Amino acid sequence: MTRIRFHQELDELKHRILAMAGMAEQAVDLAVQAYSQRDLALCERVLTNEPGINRAEREVDEFAIDLLAMQQPMAVDLRFILAVIKINADLERVGDQAVNIAQRVMHMAGMPAFELPVDIPAMASRVRAMVRDALRSFIEGDTELAKRVLEADDEIDRINHEAFAALSACMQAKPDCAVQALDALSIARNLERVADHATNIAEDVIFWVRGADVRHGAGQTIAGS
Amino acid sequence: MATAVEVRDLKAWFGKTEALHGINMAVEQAHATAVIGPSGCGKSTFIRCLNRMHETNPDARAEGEVKVGNADIYDMPAVDVRRKVGMVFQKPNPFPSMSIYDNVAAGLKLNGTRNHKTLDDVVERSLQQSALWDEVKDVLKKKSGASLSGGQQQRLCIARALAVNPEVLLMDEPCSALDPISTAKIEDLIFELKQRLTIVIVTHNMQQASRVAEFTGFFLMGNLVEFDRTEKIFTNPSDKRTEDYITGRFG
Repeated sequence: MTRIRFHQELDELKHRILAMAGMAEQAVDLAVQAYSQRDLALCERVLTNEPGINRAEREVDEFAIDLLAMQQPMAVDLRFILAVIKINADLERVGDQAVNIAQRVMHMAGMPAFELPVDIPAMASRVRAMVRDALRSFIEGDTELAKRVLEADDEIDRINHEAFAALSACMQAKPDCAVQALDALSIARNLERVADHATNIAEDVIFWVRGADVRHGAGQTIAGS
Repeated sequence: MATAVEVRDLKAWFGKTEALHGINMAVEQAHATAVIGPSGCGKSTFIRCLNRMHETNPDARAEGEVKVGNADIYDMPAVDVRRKVGMVFQKPNPFPSMSIYDNVAAGLKLNGTRNHKTLDDVVERSLQQSALWDEVKDVLKKKSGASLSGGQQQRLCIARALAVNPEVLLMDEPCSALDPISTAKIEDLIFELKQRLTIVIVTHNMQQASRVAEFTGFFLMGNLVEFDRTEKIFTNPSDKRTEDYITGRFG
């Protein structure tokens, strides 16, 4: 083994992006919990934690760019650093989605509770599983798991469309619930976007490990390879 | 794309030691091809076989086929081969006592060209092509080759190689003794030259290979492990050994 210091720095980069991932994952967990419990204190925590995620994003980017400039990585190492830079941006956006959810929950909290025809916690549970699997595929370099994340995204899209239809119908039938239904609709869309970011992360894992670009449906070409 | 150099089952020996174990490679015309690999992998031996320099070592021999154009260089007089296939070495090696002009004209004179006008034209063209003309045009016959800086000496050697109008230019780590500015000039030069010439460059510097070459071959222990487009080799090589080498996991 040569270039020991460089490979130690790659480990350090992985460590940092995983710390960042933990913060983003926790933000989504708190926001979803805040929705279920209508808990304003949890919403506040999501908002308070967001600058930390933004700071971590900048630090990971700086570290990765330094490695590109100073070490001129090649092949799998180059792909790893490029993947980290992209995953970093996705994680920051996951943090933003959590903030959006928290803000909607804060808005809803001031209004009487309605029984809405959408199961946000169930959707959130699937989305969180996607995020968890995407990150696990990154930690373990597991492209099979990453492919399963890509497949799971279709299901989230379907749930989101169903939520849209159900909430639209609810708004028409019961105008009193329109504002809350709009909030729930936004939350469903935020969760759908979190799933999209998890999908992006899974695509980046496949790019890192296999050197295959599976974005925009190109995944079919690597199935089973 | 056309093939400038076709190498088939090339083997080379130093005494009883086989240094190349049957290399096959098609070098594209008017492109740069980089040859990389750890020390002792056979990359220099390989390119020295492409203009029969290898056999100038005592006890050295080569076997196989190396076609430049349609001609097998092992069926030609060595002196004709070196006219078709020029070479630039790691350390600039101008003739120290000769003027800059005579350094460039040496090959032509050796081939019997005596006409002053022809020699003047070729010297100017070669020095222009090697991007040295503007720096030396006023001292062509006053200064010796050895009086130039290292980078200038290397470009002088390139001009000397270009003077006989070769089809292929072999470069054996041409920048390893040069500073970054001189290296950049040589790399710019490679970019210009490969519009017309076929270049095969041995380099230890993988960034250099990725900057100048369209194709790259990775040698290991006398074998050509992988040969592909440069961007493929450096972003997603097919062979684990290539990946381990270029990422510094061995070597």
